Amino acid sequence: MSIEYLGLSEINGPLVVLEGVEDASFEEIVEITVNGRDKKIGRIIELYGDKAIIQVFEGMENVSLDNTHTVLTGHPMEIGLSPKMLGRTFNGIGKPVDGLEEIHSDLRRNVNGLPLNPVTREYPRNYIRTGISAIDCLTTLIRGQKLPIFSGNGLPHDRLAAQIVRQASLGEGSGENFAIVFAAMGVTHDVSQFFTRTFEESGVSDHVVTFLNLANDPVVERLITPKVALTTAEYLAFELNMHILVILTDMTSYAEALREVSSSKGEIPSRKGFPGYLYSDLASIYERAGIVAGVDGSVTQIPILTMPNDDITHPIPDLTGYITEGQIVLDRYLHGQSVYPPISVLPSLSRLMKDGIGAGYTREDHQDLANQLFSAYAKVSDARALASVIGEDELSPIDKKYLEFGRQFEGQFVGQGEEENRTIEETLDLGWKLLRILPKTELDRVDTKLLDKYYDLHQDGR
Amino acid sequence: MNKTGTIHGINGPVIYLKGNPGFAMSEMVYVGKERLVGEVIRLTSDTTTIQVFEETTGLRPGELVEGSGASLSVTLAPGILNNIFDGIERPLGQIAERSGAYIGRGVNVDALDTEKRWDAHITVKEGEQVYGGTIIAEVPETPSIVHKVMVPPDVSGQVISVVPDGSYTINDVLVTLNCPDGTQRDLTMTQKWPIRVPRPTAKRYPCTMPLVTGQRILDTLFPIAKGGTAAIPGGFGTGKTMTQHQIAKWSDANIIIYIGCGERGNEMTQVLEDFSKLTDPKTGQPLMARTALIANTSNMPVAAREASIYTGVTLAEYYRDMGYHVAIMADSTSRWAEALRELSGRLEEMPAEEGFPAYLASRLSAFYERAGIMQTLNGNEGSVSIIGAVSPQGGDFSEPVTQNTKRFVRCFWGLDKSLAYARHFPAIHWLTSYSEYMSDLSAWYTKNVDKNFINYRNQIVSLLNQESSLMEIVKLIGSDVLPDDQKLVMEISRVIRLGFLQQNAFHQEDTCVPLQKQFKMMETILYLYSRCKSLISMNMPVSILKTEDIFEKIIAIKYDVPNDKLELFDDYKKAIDQFYDRIMEKNA
Repeated sequence: MSIEYLGLSEINGPLVVLEGVEDASFEEIVEITVNGRDKKIGRIIELYGDKAIIQVFEGMENVSLDNTHTVLTGHPMEIGLSPKMLGRTFNGIGKPVDGLEEIHSDLRRNVNGLPLNPVTREYPRNYIRTGISAIDCLTTLIRGQKLPIFSGNGLPHDRLAAQIVRQASLGEGSGENFAIVFAAMGVTHDVSQFFTRTFEESGVSDHVVTFLNLANDPVVERLITPKVALTTAEYLAFELNMHILVILTDMTSYAEALREVSSSKGEIPSRKGFPGYLYSDLASIYERAGIVAGVDGSVTQIPILTMPNDDITHPIPDLTGYITEGQIVLDRYLHGQSVYPPISVLPSLSRLMKDGIGAGYTREDHQDLANQLFSAYAKVSDARALASVIGEDELSPIDKKYLEFGRQFEGQFVGQGEEENRTIEETLDLGWKLLRILPKTELDRVDTKLLDKYYDLHQDGR
Repeated sequence: MNKTGTIHGINGPVIYLKGNPGFAMSEMVYVGKERLVGEVIRLTSDTTTIQVFEETTGLRPGELVEGSGASLSVTLAPGILNNIFDGIERPLGQIAERSGAYIGRGVNVDALDTEKRWDAHITVKEGEQVYGGTIIAEVPETPSIVHKVMVPPDVSGQVISVVPDGSYTINDVLVTLNCPDGTQRDLTMTQKWPIRVPRPTAKRYPCTMPLVTGQRILDTLFPIAKGGTAAIPGGFGTGKTMTQHQIAKWSDANIIIYIGCGERGNEMTQVLEDFSKLTDPKTGQPLMARTALIANTSNMPVAAREASIYTGVTLAEYYRDMGYHVAIMADSTSRWAEALRELSGRLEEMPAEEGFPAYLASRLSAFYERAGIMQTLNGNEGSVSIIGAVSPQGGDFSEPVTQNTKRFVRCFWGLDKSLAYARHFPAIHWLTSYSEYMSDLSAWYTKNVDKNFINYRNQIVSLLNQESSLMEIVKLIGSDVLPDDQKLVMEISRVIRLGFLQQNAFHQEDTCVPLQKQFKMMETILYLYSRCKSLISMNMPVSILKTEDIFEKIIAIKYDVPNDKLELFDDYKKAIDQFYDRIMEKNA
């Protein structure tokens, strides 16, 4: 019924130009058939009269100016949604790649989603216990939060994410309706297999929806992958009332794909060649975490990104940090010291923790203890800097105590086993135990009453 | 019949029309079948360029664009306070009723409730001559704010009829005027005002009153005046939003306009929840009763983000004209600048620094200059203070938005990453921050707080400066080599940093501190310093002073002395004296 357009008038990387189009709409999806066989999907990204600029999501091999048939689909990028998606694996634009049948569903959603109205959001307050001290005590993860892991190449961010999945989802909330949406963008086969194996070993694989765009898959497809994944997550969370943990890895590949497409469109670059709308574009992904008032489900996001050259001021981590509600930063020095997980405590932060911890949630002393640990550990770096100049022996007695505190804090508090799942009490008590290395007068961040109650507790070995 | 044209090209939020159907610059237009709201931003003889404030997905070339005949304007009437709007003053509550949890497109809702009836007390009589700004009615808008209905600035005439006091909707005629040109004009509670045009005032006063925020480092060290401008730059996680929340909660402005410009959705939800629960200490009413929120979160359309700043400042000016002191929190102006950059890029304009358009500086200055303490057209005094957060890329203050903002604001509260990492909040760094208002406000502090206030403040600043230069030495060779008087400076500065500058936003007493207590705290710390100094001058080592916990006690004043029991400060003074005497006895 619909009109087929023969040939193309221009091909430039993933962008093609089609002329003489009638009744095309902005962001509409088109199907391009090459040589009458291969079907490729593209999206209209600019329209001038009867001329449409189309971004093709798949590889451009074999495409020439005159061997294509193009059909307008009449709708923007959509994905069919169904509860049957759980346990399945799809490619970056939502086609099954696990050899099973296609998802047939009448329920189709625009993958771009719509902004969630702040009035209908519910402020996230329930904390998720991950069993990892550095996260639970210092950068508490809250249900409905977006908390990225800032990592570098070669650091164990995948292992950390896998541990969070294992311990958070199967913890005390195992009776609840939870699921994981896993989106891989430009990661290697090894990484994707590592996650698949982890999901299988922890017995959750029938609760995982996987979207894979691997390192050798078309770059443009990557731009759609997180949107497809989040559309699925929103459906599962807000219509099927499930608690969804979304893992997006690696956001750096996503942003680089965006840059690649932007430069082939001839757009004016801002920092490091990234387009000026990188912030808005990343926000359209990250902001899709949260809780809708009156609905049982939630979408919690853990995006993983590798900081190019470990530089936290690079535009990708920088803009991410401005959008997300905190960050967990991994550190190469700690990794070199065999501390796992190598979480760099000082730049790590959870913006939502203040409302999800304390009396009634975790324990009354949690906030003060966390502040004190941060503050004491900040002094450790000062003492270390001084020690590197004048030598450890010349330090004042109090600075020496800080060095000792720093060593034990990194070894026992930050460092823990990959299978070790600590309760919040164990974590907080451990924090107090380490603080007792320091004299009580140094602890200036804790309310006097709490200090008396917890610092003196067990001090006589009880 | 309004003028119409048809869409030719679409590029993200920017659409092009062939030729010019007779639209004017900045005219508000309705685009396509869904009647998306847009604004004309460029006109040439063969192309009209329009920015659309909603998602353009699904638009087609050939669809109709209809002009509205007016510039992009906001509706001004009772119902603005205790409400939340998007960037072009559409109420998010009503949008949620229409389109559910997500913000749909082309949702056509009135900016303000046109059916709600307000109790109006008419303040003019028949025969009276009225001018632009004259108050014609008073309406209790919220329990804490009386909305004053004014004659629009460009209207004047003689009152020929008034309605009796009673309850009316915002579109009911209250007063009819005979205008000088012989026409009659009906006045309702509603007026419209284009967002990009500042509302007129009679004259500008010099800034002489501080905007008291209850935050020690702001009020004492770097105060902002009512009608002043301030910028809060800082990398992510340094506490820009926290600082703005604190000022919005505790400052002594009558009205707060909170603009969430390209920031997180959860943050707006939090403001909405918190401000509905917290009560304003001055009126005993919920904080929302004096607050209007403008939310354009980072995933909402970028063109509306550009407009949200202007919408906010126009609402603020309207309440200023009633004679209120209004404070605007703009979080964050960098996102607004990025919206400018994005649109400029789509228009293929020549970029200046880092891709920002060359007109960034003039747009920023035009925005900040809308602040000021003014005599309004009706002779009252009102002010608009603007506090803008800046999110510099990579926390680097040399980037264009921070640098250009610095040129136009007089108060600079620089947030520091290392302070934030050590969880020293507010993480405003005392060495990089400044306030040019200090000299303008010193007379006020002398008169209203204490004659020694400015003197003490300067001593505190000087101690902190000495500490920082001493730190340079300590970093190289350790603190043991310093002479004792310098060691004392280090100790006292520690007391100032921990006991005075650091302030706990989550502590009931410490979250907002009255000026009198701020003064007493300074006084006590400086008293401790002077007594210790005289001990040191008698050749006693600093280590002796540390044998008692007096330093720790002074640091804990912020928690231990309730805000309404300032007489307890006398005990601290006594404690310092006793400590002095004991040391003297032991070591004489």
